[in-house]
Amino acid sequence: MNNLLWLIPVLPLFGFLILGLTGKHLSRFWVAIIGAGSVSLSAIITFIVGISFLALPPASGHYSQTLWTWIQVADFNSRITLFLDALSLVFVFVITFVGALIHIYSVAFMAKDKDYSRFFACMNLFVFSMLLLVLADNLLLLYLGWEGVGLCSYLLIGFWYENPVNGYAARKAFIITRVGDTAMAIGLFVIFYQFGTLVISDVLVKAPALWHQGASMATVTALLLLAGGVGKSAQLPLQTWLPDAMAGPSPVSALIHAATMVTAGVYLIARMHVIFQLSPVAQMIVATIGAATLVIAGFSALTQYDIKRVLAYSTISQIGYMFLALGIGAWTAAIFHFMIHAFFKALLFLAAGAVIEALHHEHNMFKMGGLKNKLPVIFWTFLIGSASLAALPLISAGFYSKDQILWYTWASRDGNPLFWFIAFLGALITAAYTTRMMILTFWGEAKTEPGHQPGKLMTIPLIILAFFSVFAGFIELPHNFGHFRPFSNLLQQILPETVLKTTLNSELLFQLLAFLATFGGIYLAYVFYYKQPQRIEKLRQSKLVKNLYIFWFSGWGFDQFYQVLVVKPIVFIASINKNDVVDKIYQGIELVTERLYRFLSFTQSGSLRWYIMGLVVGAIIILSIQIML
Amino acid sequence: MKSSISIEMIMLLAALLFVLGLVGVVIRKNIIFMLLAVEIMLNASGLAFVAAGSRWAQPDGQVMFIFILAMAAAEVSVGLALILQIYHQHKSLDIDKLKEMKG
Amino acid sequence: MRSHPLIYIACYLKMDIAFYTTALVTVISTVMVITRHNPVHALLYLVISLLSLSLIFFLLGAPFAALLEIIIYAGAIMVLFIFVIMLLNLGKETAKQEKEWLKPKVWIGPAILSIILFVELFYLIMMAHAVPYSLQIVNSKVVAISLFGPYLIGVELAAMLLMTGVVGAAHIGQHKKIVLHRFLKEEEPL
Repeated sequence: MNNLLWLIPVLPLFGFLILGLTGKHLSRFWVAIIGAGSVSLSAIITFIVGISFLALPPASGHYSQTLWTWIQVADFNSRITLFLDALSLVFVFVITFVGALIHIYSVAFMAKDKDYSRFFACMNLFVFSMLLLVLADNLLLLYLGWEGVGLCSYLLIGFWYENPVNGYAARKAFIITRVGDTAMAIGLFVIFYQFGTLVISDVLVKAPALWHQGASMATVTALLLLAGGVGKSAQLPLQTWLPDAMAGPSPVSALIHAATMVTAGVYLIARMHVIFQLSPVAQMIVATIGAATLVIAGFSALTQYDIKRVLAYSTISQIGYMFLALGIGAWTAAIFHFMIHAFFKALLFLAAGAVIEALHHEHNMFKMGGLKNKLPVIFWTFLIGSASLAALPLISAGFYSKDQILWYTWASRDGNPLFWFIAFLGALITAAYTTRMMILTFWGEAKTEPGHQPGKLMTIPLIILAFFSVFAGFIELPHNFGHFRPFSNLLQQILPETVLKTTLNSELLFQLLAFLATFGGIYLAYVFYYKQPQRIEKLRQSKLVKNLYIFWFSGWGFDQFYQVLVVKPIVFIASINKNDVVDKIYQGIELVTERLYRFLSFTQSGSLRWYIMGLVVGAIIILSIQIML
Repeated sequence: MKSSISIEMIMLLAALLFVLGLVGVVIRKNIIFMLLAVEIMLNASGLAFVAAGSRWAQPDGQVMFIFILAMAAAEVSVGLALILQIYHQHKSLDIDKLKEMKG
Repeated sequence: MRSHPLIYIACYLKMDIAFYTTALVTVISTVMVITRHNPVHALLYLVISLLSLSLIFFLLGAPFAALLEIIIYAGAIMVLFIFVIMLLNLGKETAKQEKEWLKPKVWIGPAILSIILFVELFYLIMMAHAVPYSLQIVNSKVVAISLFGPYLIGVELAAMLLMTGVVGAAHIGQHKKIVLHRFLKEEEPL
């Protein structure tokens, strides 16, 4: 099974190459077959490899396949090696499986677009890069995948490039993640300097030997890696790009900005957990960032009117949960939440895309309504996805993952009650904005009539994802429901067990509190938006509420803050240097040449007498040289 | 009887005639006058050759002069034929009017 | 007669006097060539210049060259010029045009440059330290032997050159018949 590993990333790569080079000449049918088929084949192979991995676990705990040596300079050796252990397996499974479903969905969704082949080429390249990221055995290869997904994100956000707003959003995303990427690159330099190797397993073995607990180098490295993760995963302070990235098509938002790319930061931190564990300061910072982000994004989501922006802020918020979990040492809980989140968030984005398309590209929720009966399949799948997001108890998968995180914020050794309270508040707000979204879109009177029903290619992936949003949670039941924890058991080989500080008796209490948060949020939204909408009108009168609304709507003013802090000075400096000083040297050369040309072109006047004069002058000059020498 | 004309004087005379011919070429606008001045220059160089040949008592100087003469004859005939054609086409003998370059 | 010292001196000097006067005539007539307005005047002055130059050749002891100068240069080439002037009908208008064209601002620049050139040539010629030799007579017999001997190929080439000149001049000078369309032909004057 080792030998099949390379097929998993390479099939989408082939898809990209074929579509990128010849896509324009292929018919739509073939583009769809190659584009969606490559990822689907990858998913099937993942299943095969995964089943053999689970049934017959390898002795070393991982599969490894070396393809060739990439760079070999002095002591530095970087091989293209694919490394599959339990952590990578979870990620690869999500990427290929959810990716395949999204590709199948896009076959129908993008059917009328004129750049059909370019879309699938970019999506395939993205899947390849992401797979390379999670299958990399050394940090250099991981960085290659990291950059690749950044590139594809740029290409796909600005997919409809004729509209300059999309181009601006794509540039914003790329530049902001670049900040994080640079920090991460510096982190890689530090790691190489300290350990002399970038192979992940070697680094994780050497790190505790070199650094003691709480070493400053460990903190520095961990913080640099964290910066990379923060950029890619849209956490504080680099979270401003994700809402604008919704300018891309809905399948792009589903794949890149919900399920996979934004979780690259989570993967990085989980993978390099040894370094983070060596630095409690860094872990505290991770948890703080996660907590702050989740509450900020939650409040922002409560005020948005564009359905995709609600989901974008929701993504930021949920990844905040994952970071929080990583920070307090709940490693497997974070990965579990990642997997469940991938399912329901992809589902929500795809369903939202279907709604938008059915309503002729109407994004504003306040102009939707009454779609409950008009688009039944979408309604039910959206409902299931929202239930998972709001962590509806027991029946949705989201409950199991989020509840675990909430429990660990209280019970883990590194957790503390403040974190628990913030997570609790976040859960309440999540339920509130989710219900708000549902009500505005599907209940009430229809303000826009849907055009046509979505086809089978769009609804079948939705149904599959909905199924997983309900049933995937059952592979990790909480402790008081029985000790059925196959997911954690699988990951225990890689990620450490979460250390608890209290007994497990009070878990039921916290579960009940979680119930409370969810239902409380649902009830609040129900009251304000369905039952008594006049309450909103009353709230709008209050000046405080209005200002608060504007503040939350703009994402807590981060965009404006960055505009003043970063954008304006750089644009100012660029505009000062508009007549580039360095350029002047080259312009000077050009100017001199041109002047010389003009001067000399006089000598070619075509007038015979002028030429004779030239001869005379030349003779004089030669004779004078003769005289002088 | 030996003559005492120094060779430098003759060369000077040749140089003077040459320069005068040069002046004539440059000042004049009419092609015929320019050709005339060219003849003066050719003559001057012929004088130099003959004087040199006489100084070394060798016939080479005069042979060279004969060749110059032949060349001058051929050149003048072709040149004058060209001038006739130019006059035919441009109706003017002004050398500045024959300039076809723009600027 | 030759024993008298004065006559001896006179004989000795007369070469120099003859040379310098002839040289003076040459220079003056050359200056006149380049400054006349009327083309025929210029031509005539050039003929005088050539004749005096021929006399200088005699004084230098090169009779063959002198004769050739008169026969070919003054005799043939100048006649060519006269023919062309006659063909082109260059007369009073040309003289008037030349007068316009020869304004001082035209000839000041070239004159200055040429003076500079002459000064340099003067300097270079005077700088050469030559042992004073006297000039000897090289008569036609010697020249002829040289032409039929070492310089035979030169003669052949000169002949070819002359042929080129003849053929070229004949070809360039021919008038092409311009055939006008009958509607474009001018009406014959009655």
